[in-house]
Amino acid sequence: MNDMTPTSAERAEKLQGMGCKRKRVEDIRFVQGKGNYVDDLKLPGMLYGDFMRSPHAHARIKKIDTSKAKAVPGVLAVLTAAELKPLNLHYMPTLAGDVQAVLAEHKVLYQNQEVAFVVADERYAAADGADLVEVEYEALPCNVDPFKAMAPDAPVLRDDLAGKTEGAHGARKHHNHVFTWQMGDKDATDAAFKNADVTIKELISYQRVHPCPLETCQCVASFDKIKGELTVWGTFQAPHVIRTVASLISKIPEHKIHVIAPDIGGGFGNKVGAYAGYICAIVASIVTGRPVKWVEDRIENLSTTAFARDYHMTAEIAATRDGKVTALRVYTIADHGAFDACADPTKWPAGFFNIVTGSYDFPVAHVHVDGVYTNKAPGGVAYRCSFRVTEAAYCIERAMDIMAQKLGMDPAELRMKNLIRREQFPYTSALGWEYDSGDYQTALRKAMDTVGYQKLRAEQKVKQEAFRRGETRELMGIGVAFFTEIVGAGPSRNCDILGIAMFDSAEIRIHPTGTAIARLGTKSQGQGHETTYAQIIATELGLPADNITVEEGNTDTAPYGLGTYGSRSTPVSGAATAMAARKIKAKAQMIAAHLLEVHDDDLEWDVDRFRVKGNPERFKTMTELAWAAYNSVPPGMEPGLEAVNYYDPPNMTFPFGAYICVVDVDVDTGETKVRRFYALDDCGTRINPMIIEGQIHGGLTEAFGIAMGQEIHYDEDGNVTTASLMDYFLPTAVETPHWETDWTTTPSPHHPIGAKGVGESPNVGGVPCFANAVNDAFAFLGSTHIPMPHDHWRTWTTAERLGLHG
Amino acid sequence: MAKSQISLTVNGAAVDSLTEPRTLLIHFLREQLNLTGAHIGCDTSHCGACTVDLDGKSVKSCTMFAVQANGAHIRTIEGMANADGTLHALQEGFREMHGLQCGFCTPGMILRAYRLLQENPSPTETEIRFGISGNLCRCTGYQNIVKAIQYAAAKLAGVPFQEAAE
Repeated sequence: MNDMTPTSAERAEKLQGMGCKRKRVEDIRFVQGKGNYVDDLKLPGMLYGDFMRSPHAHARIKKIDTSKAKAVPGVLAVLTAAELKPLNLHYMPTLAGDVQAVLAEHKVLYQNQEVAFVVADERYAAADGADLVEVEYEALPCNVDPFKAMAPDAPVLRDDLAGKTEGAHGARKHHNHVFTWQMGDKDATDAAFKNADVTIKELISYQRVHPCPLETCQCVASFDKIKGELTVWGTFQAPHVIRTVASLISKIPEHKIHVIAPDIGGGFGNKVGAYAGYICAIVASIVTGRPVKWVEDRIENLSTTAFARDYHMTAEIAATRDGKVTALRVYTIADHGAFDACADPTKWPAGFFNIVTGSYDFPVAHVHVDGVYTNKAPGGVAYRCSFRVTEAAYCIERAMDIMAQKLGMDPAELRMKNLIRREQFPYTSALGWEYDSGDYQTALRKAMDTVGYQKLRAEQKVKQEAFRRGETRELMGIGVAFFTEIVGAGPSRNCDILGIAMFDSAEIRIHPTGTAIARLGTKSQGQGHETTYAQIIATELGLPADNITVEEGNTDTAPYGLGTYGSRSTPVSGAATAMAARKIKAKAQMIAAHLLEVHDDDLEWDVDRFRVKGNPERFKTMTELAWAAYNSVPPGMEPGLEAVNYYDPPNMTFPFGAYICVVDVDVDTGETKVRRFYALDDCGTRINPMIIEGQIHGGLTEAFGIAMGQEIHYDEDGNVTTASLMDYFLPTAVETPHWETDWTTTPSPHHPIGAKGVGESPNVGGVPCFANAVNDAFAFLGSTHIPMPHDHWRTWTTAERLGLHG
Repeated sequence: MAKSQISLTVNGAAVDSLTEPRTLLIHFLREQLNLTGAHIGCDTSHCGACTVDLDGKSVKSCTMFAVQANGAHIRTIEGMANADGTLHALQEGFREMHGLQCGFCTPGMILRAYRLLQENPSPTETEIRFGISGNLCRCTGYQNIVKAIQYAAAKLAGVPFQEAAE
């Protein structure tokens, strides 16, 4: 070997594999305006659809007159429930085992519910037509309060469920009851509370919010009458699931449906489900024989597709006098809106809410969730989190602070005392999860040391005294949050969507010249999959990432997968990618042994090649082996070099993190300034640190929006009052704090590359951290819990309530 | 509906077209000129995804009729790359600093940053944050967008870019 021969490390660096800050391949087209989003699509003869929607939250439909709409020049068709009913398409099944109206038949159940779909040859003509659909309503009493939903005299919302005492998840105890879900040992928990030294109880409400990706939901449906085939381009986080649902609903055979998700402008859970717009566009295309485009506007997006949260959790903790927690009990009222369209795995009507014991070693716990119907939009998606995990994290992290306050303990100290210890992993929680790995104390200690936690507390004390003396009108709050996520749904034994196990997939083909294409069952909405999956393959196979194309979203070419949400791409498809690559590598090793005339076992892997043990100058690179796979395979071996893997994860992964936030609150204006936000994340093996950091920045910003201002609000009459960006808070660059990111690395023991997923952690940990900081500012004045969102008005109101305005 | 004749310059090329008086500039650009880089995000002038540069100003093209752009000079993301096909410093900066994720806000953000740097070639972080506050991003949390703009400002000024210490 001469000095010019690159070392293993030099060769590894050139691959741009796992662990490097590879620049994104997607960016080349995006920075030039050459992304390919749904609304960019223009097909010959394409029509446009627009909805006429209900102004009422609850009303009987007495009459629909579409004649004026049909008379508008350019309008070709108007669909109502009357047109859909003969096709049995006026209702569609939801992922949660309920049904949802596609177009309202006898009744509307929430404001802006879809009533008619107008199809025209031009976008503005469709809107003109929608304006002229005339509907006669008889208004009915409505209810938007989940706590009143199960009152004996509450209005009956779902006439279609009359007499149904069994729902998809067991017995229904009231006409507005969806399900009851319980987990844990109730008797043992009740007993622990009876014997407790100290208990706390608090109603912790997580307001209704909306993911609000910058691109709304949209699709183009095109039915080819000659072939009997349907193609749908759409903003789909789970394109294969959409294909299966479309086939089940429309009865078009699944092989004759082509679903394509092109570039997607953010999803955050909004684009998991199936919406009325998709069904109407498909029907309209079948009816007219022309492609039909449907594009939501922002008001439609915020008020009809996929709200999140609306969880009202009464949390109780029992503890010993010296601060050891002994039991957790949570009763939750879950507002599901007018139809149960939650996007959860089938067996989990409250998602993975039983992660609510969080990062703490609770000996016993019990949760009870009641889902209810109200006159609000359906949805219940996981907005940048795994299923109901951010609700659980907010609940336990607020409750731990309240317990610390009651015990007179520092909130970080209480956490440190109760965190699951490193030697307890794999750890089985009182509510049934097996946490894969963690080193919680190390993470929290690192976070506290980095921010100078004790110094901050000392500064806070000085400020509190100055405030009491009237020398300042500013309060300082320190928020601590320690979260455990549960992502990567999920194992087939307990996770499915519509009966399809929640595996995911990767198919890799190596071309003769040593370049490759990989196709996956997931779908990026900005996460950078084209960049990161290639890095996994680069490391596994020793081929440069730049020589690997990653393709997602076309159901004709990609292997079946369940899509991207709940941080499942890395834990599930990332694993499938590594496993498929290892199949290829195993075959390549046999080819190498054949070419080098040695036994397979006499070879060892070195970055990008197999070399003969003890004789490193005899080797075959992966590029050479790719060529050989097409002309010199061992006798009896199939030519070619490709593999597919469908990965059924043995367990979820459990990313975790320690966040600390410092705020300064002006009690006279209610203004809260985030002085500092430090986020330590442990997502196991890190594939691309640049992308991880970007995900954390983005997730923290969404958490900031939720904690400090977002709310989908309804007035008593069911009018949604925050349905445009005039009223719904999205942080701008001015309010958004500066983010400090950090990490520890505790690989997942059951994942092929040890990765856990990261995209949603910052939302899960960020929301309680901000909330704890604001609450902490007021805690020394006797305040225990201030509900979110912590906007200026609410914060000012808190100061007023505490008598701070003189 | 009767159509109006308009003449304007888009990315240096003369455009003569017929359009309905009520057609929004964003729809004119996207659907008549097939310039789909600028996007529609909110319909209420809040998100800035539709931002283009019009006669030396950043304009939200969802808030203006195409007929109002008669005689105007417009630059869109499709006209940002250098004449030799290489990326503009801003386009390069956004990629180098990971200033984008889903890419939907990016064309509007780059066009806004372009005008900002025309007006203030060496802005502070605070000036950048204020300067792009009419453009929303849901993915990045802005921190790397700020860096991307600082990178471009340095490159356009011919000075080395130094990332601020964390």
